[in-house]
Amino acid sequence: MRFMLLMIPGGYGDAAPGTMPEAAAVAEMMVYNEALGKAGVLLALDGLHPPSMGARVTFARGKAAITDGPFSEAKEVVGGYWMLQVHSREEALEWAARCPAGEHDTIEVRQVMEFSDFPPDVQAAAGSSVQTRE
Amino acid sequence: MSENVAGRAIDAVWRIESPRLIAGLTRLTRDVGVAEDLAQDALVAALEQWPASGVPANPGAWLMAIAKRRAIDRFRREELGERKRDEFGRVELARQETAPGFDASLEDDVGDDLLRLVFIACHPVLSRQARVALTLRLIGGLTTAEIARAYLASEATIAQRIVRAKRTLSEARVPFEMPQGADRAGRLASVLEVLYLIFNEGYCATAGDDWLRPSLCEDALRMSRIVATLMPSDAEVHGLVALLEIQASRTHARIGPNGEPILLLDQDRSRWNRLLIGRGLDALGRSERLGGTLGPYALQAAIAACHARARIAEDTDWMRIAALYDALLEVMPSPIVALNRAVAVGFAYGPAAGLEAVEELRFEKSLEGHYLLASVRGDLLARLGRGAEAAFEFRRAAAATANARERTLLLDRARASGDVDIAARRSTRS
Repeated sequence: MRFMLLMIPGGYGDAAPGTMPEAAAVAEMMVYNEALGKAGVLLALDGLHPPSMGARVTFARGKAAITDGPFSEAKEVVGGYWMLQVHSREEALEWAARCPAGEHDTIEVRQVMEFSDFPPDVQAAAGSSVQTRE
Repeated sequence: MSENVAGRAIDAVWRIESPRLIAGLTRLTRDVGVAEDLAQDALVAALEQWPASGVPANPGAWLMAIAKRRAIDRFRREELGERKRDEFGRVELARQETAPGFDASLEDDVGDDLLRLVFIACHPVLSRQARVALTLRLIGGLTTAEIARAYLASEATIAQRIVRAKRTLSEARVPFEMPQGADRAGRLASVLEVLYLIFNEGYCATAGDDWLRPSLCEDALRMSRIVATLMPSDAEVHGLVALLEIQASRTHARIGPNGEPILLLDQDRSRWNRLLIGRGLDALGRSERLGGTLGPYALQAAIAACHARARIAEDTDWMRIAALYDALLEVMPSPIVALNRAVAVGFAYGPAAGLEAVEELRFEKSLEGHYLLASVRGDLLARLGRGAEAAFEFRRAAAATANARERTLLLDRARASGDVDIAARRSTRS
């Protein structure tokens, strides 16, 4: 089963454009990432620029509207993720617990929906939507 | 923390830590069986203490500290021969001098130890079944019960198999060293074979009603990735990883809503996992960049990559696949490879050419009564519009397979081929 570990760094909601983690923190994180790789559980990972460099697309009244970041109301924003393939939820949690995160950081652990998790009607809908798109 | 939650957390720690723990302990004790016993002792201690104390900050180091304490007790108690005790004492001293917390020095060697353990678990002195069970147990961190479930065997059978395997290794005095020289290639081939066997058992269950046991595939992939990080300059290891990643990418497209198998060319490719395909192509690239003649796994991965790159089945580069099968036949001559080559030839150069290639295999002893030969012949005959002959072959194939799902699929094809219209449609489609 796959899990996504969503890193929510403290204070990232109002970080200035181009904000980067410090070299020491990156070095520590590299050791962690390497451990995930050596254990054969790491499928993918990425870091995300702060919201001040991003934008939000909202759909009020069915119409797409774009707002540039930062977003004053957003306190908890995602700063990066790891995609892991593990045997159990506990294993994903154990890996999350080993992350050299800062004391204001949070890691949210979420299971990835697999196609086989969907009930038959949703599977059928997923299949047909793909076919009409192509 | 409730006991059950703690128990599951400890299981997770065990899965993560046990291979390294057992590897490190095997180095100290020179005996896989003793090492595993010590690791189990440490696990029991964890089960007693962690529910109350919580999981320690460095669970691996905690387990190792306990296991080493037990090891010292054990060696004192058993009064081993002078030589072995001296050896053990020397290792102990060296560690204590160089590292205040032993885990720092341990970390440097742990990769080497783990790789040695992989090679021991796959040692040719063991039967294939024993290698598979021991590898899942020692490297995959699976419990005996989990292995038994995956292989539809009783727990007692698997437990006995593992006990016997450890005894065999002990009696054969298999050294805790990486094989060198001429020995190395054969030993590595055994490691890769074991990982591939485990993956295949999950990917295409040889018996029973389930076509797929995904967790075995994930275990094999995980262990293969581990071995690839431990042997980064070995092209075939990356070739195996590439093959498994690409095959695993099709997991959710291979099975229909009622559990029936869907053949490669009929799969909805939008259900292929692009992330795994990307990882597979990367691994294949690493294998190819290391140079030399591609080995059997890298070649099979290159064939799988041809399918992965084709957005729709009709885009498949069958000529390249046929050429890759030619190369594969060179390095791994086998009737099954020749049969697959015939399939590729059938798509690249037409069903008549494919049938010609199959005819060459008619008197191949090992394919006699094999469902695949009949199934391939049936397919080519159907495409040539020879429906009745095709139906006969599909029925023969259905009678020969042990997999219930596969039998249903083949019988469906037999019925479909008997119908002239459908047979004609199949032949025009390709």
